[in-house]
Amino acid sequence: MSKTEEPAEDAEPEATEPVGAVDYDALEALLGDAVVRRESHLNAEAFVVRADRVQDALSTLKVEAGFDHLSNVSAQEYHDRFESIYHLKKYDDPTQEVSVVVPTPRDDPVSQSAEPVFRTADWHEREAYDLVGIDYDEHPDLRRILLPETWQGHPLGRDYNQDKPQIVEFEENVNPLADDHRESDTMLVNIGPHHPATHGVLHLETVLDGETVLDVEPDIGYLHRCEEQMAQSGTYRHQIMPYPDRWDYGSAGILNEWAYARVAEDLNDIEVPEYAQVVRTMSAELCRIAAHLLALGTFCLDIYGDFTAIFMYAMRDREVVQNILEELTGQRMMFNYLRLGGVVWDLPESREEFFEMVREFLAELPSRVDEYHDLITENELFQLRTVGTGVLDAETAKQYGVTGPVARASGIDYDLRRDDPYGYYEHLDWDVITDDGGDNYSRLLVRMREVEQSARIIQQCVDLLEEWPEDEREIQANVPRTLNPEPDAEVYRAVEGAKGELGIYIRSDGTDKPARFKIRSPCFSNLQALPEMARGEYVPDLVATLGSLDIILGEVDR
Amino acid sequence: MSSDHPRDDIIDTTAPQTKTREDRMSEVDSRFNSTLREAFGSTPFVLTKFDAFMDWVRGSSMFMLQFGIACCSIEMMHTYAVKHDLDRFGSGVPRASPRQADVMIVPGTIVSKFAPRMKRVYDQMPEPKFVVNMGSCSTSGGPFQQGYNVVKGAEEVIPVDIHIPGCPPRPEALVYGIAKLQERVKNGETSPVTVKPYELEQFGDLEKDELVEKLADDIDEETLVMRYNWADSP
Ligand code: SF4
Repeated sequence: MSKTEEPAEDAEPEATEPVGAVDYDALEALLGDAVVRRESHLNAEAFVVRADRVQDALSTLKVEAGFDHLSNVSAQEYHDRFESIYHLKKYDDPTQEVSVVVPTPRDDPVSQSAEPVFRTADWHEREAYDLVGIDYDEHPDLRRILLPETWQGHPLGRDYNQDKPQIVEFEENVNPLADDHRESDTMLVNIGPHHPATHGVLHLETVLDGETVLDVEPDIGYLHRCEEQMAQSGTYRHQIMPYPDRWDYGSAGILNEWAYARVAEDLNDIEVPEYAQVVRTMSAELCRIAAHLLALGTFCLDIYGDFTAIFMYAMRDREVVQNILEELTGQRMMFNYLRLGGVVWDLPESREEFFEMVREFLAELPSRVDEYHDLITENELFQLRTVGTGVLDAETAKQYGVTGPVARASGIDYDLRRDDPYGYYEHLDWDVITDDGGDNYSRLLVRMREVEQSARIIQQCVDLLEEWPEDEREIQANVPRTLNPEPDAEVYRAVEGAKGELGIYIRSDGTDKPARFKIRSPCFSNLQALPEMARGEYVPDLVATLGSLDIILGEVDR
Repeated sequence: MSSDHPRDDIIDTTAPQTKTREDRMSEVDSRFNSTLREAFGSTPFVLTKFDAFMDWVRGSSMFMLQFGIACCSIEMMHTYAVKHDLDRFGSGVPRASPRQADVMIVPGTIVSKFAPRMKRVYDQMPEPKFVVNMGSCSTSGGPFQQGYNVVKGAEEVIPVDIHIPGCPPRPEALVYGIAKLQERVKNGETSPVTVKPYELEQFGDLEKDELVEKLADDIDEETLVMRYNWADSP
């Protein structure tokens, strides 16, 4: 197939040595003639692959080289071509990365779909089609995913006119008893987009046979608020940082900010002082506790069906965390606390009082967790509802690129804090929690145990900070006022957010704003696995499963 | 009754209620008028007392719609929960169904795909109904105002009684906003008429321009659509 426009053969000799432990020359040999040339991205080498050989290349990398995690698909439009980038990793060792770049010409942007190799590519490619306008051959269901079906144009493409009028349909529910369906027993039920069990604005098209879920299809995009466009129109130094707070807004703000901080620091070669790393680690783990408590509260809200004790208790404990974070950052939710090269300011005065506050919270926490165990996990009714429902096995989870507590509850030992260390985590003593159940119960259990581990981390950070000599409390590296990274530098980096691997891909064009800013959201991938978990279950279990996935729609839709 | 036409029944019962809008667009706001009021006949003294009584009742017991959209809804949950406990002010019972709710708090960013649904939820609430905008997103689009997909404020779609600034507003601010709303309701005050460019319309009724022509094959004439003129919005 000669559809592919091969960018000129300036096969620049690879000056940079292979990153990490991956032997890229061997990989290139393995891929054979599918590879057109090689590029160097800051995080990994990238192979430019012909648009009609995508499946070959990816399945070779997956099966023979062990790259079993399709972390992200970034799509973008250059002045002369479209490009899809498949970011691959290994679940066993996420520092081993490789990217597959697929260029296609602008007048005929068709490339082969990766869906047969990685199920997770399904949604990623739909998103690329929706926002950038690349067509994927052999894709099972290439429709818009975030924007309404009737949308005109592809907003992240180069010649999109934002002022054009648009028409959006308001579809009545599809008639579940349409004539030709009356013979069968199935029924279509729309759950959402406004429904208390959807945790926001999510629409589930559910096909039922009696009480059993035959099929469910998540319909997302009801909170697609153009986060990528916003980031692309902000400057690196200050204007982007506020937005990550609003991706996963379940109080996970600092974890998200760290994703941006990490990628931008890599791109601009910024060293973060150690003291700032400790402060970051502490505040990020506080956020994780708040986020997990929210997950716990709302999950129980789904199971028990009312604003009862557990929800209120979780909120009560979140208030405490929010107070601490407010002391530290000045805001209850939208912290905007990290800066490139450090954090915005030091711990509040007086430090003793602040540490006292944190210590008090940590001292209380074990009894709180016991209380939750009494109320939830040891409750027989709760066990009946959650044990053995919504089961996700490890293999399927990997197919869908599932990460975070959901993956760890399916026995996948994958945590970027340990496996791809950043911040101060490697110097601290804590454990990655996994569980083999793969069901709703395990997912809750993993979150509850992670709260304890986060508390351990915070404890150690507080001890460190307390001892830190006063004249070495450097909170920010020296960072220039405007940052202009090298033109055409590309980097993909991820951190362990509250819901899993939160990654960002940035391509710079030499200006002070990113040319492409793509967010890899863990919830997006996790939600994609919902049908696998819910098929054959009862409706209430579907609701429980959705609750246990702990999705935040702001992050799913971005 | 044959099951050939089950949709008709559904449509009958979910027909949009536009009374609030019409009342607000006209001179006098008769939102508070009830059939009970008519039953009293025309004794001015009793009527005045009765009106005052009804306003007091409405303001003192407000049922909120359990309606989460974006980040602000997390703070809204905190407002309902233990520490801030909106219930103390007689307005803290979130109702899952719009048909049981009086007040809709709009806590988050409204995007093109969601706006028609939100309008429908609003239309399903019984009269009299009130809307509280929580946060800058539902006021103006907030941090996302420049987005290609973001509706520049809930007021473009439904009429709004109270705006609460903040991103997100603190729970205290939300409590204050709701207390203000209660005050207004108790006093029988009405809010200003708002201009709403985005309406649910039947596709067939739209002006036949290029875009409509283009979509003509995809969309049924009867289907309700919302048309966004991004260039005109603030
Ligand atoms: S106003 Fe701020 S906190 Fe509220 S929904 Fe908008 S972005 Fe989120």
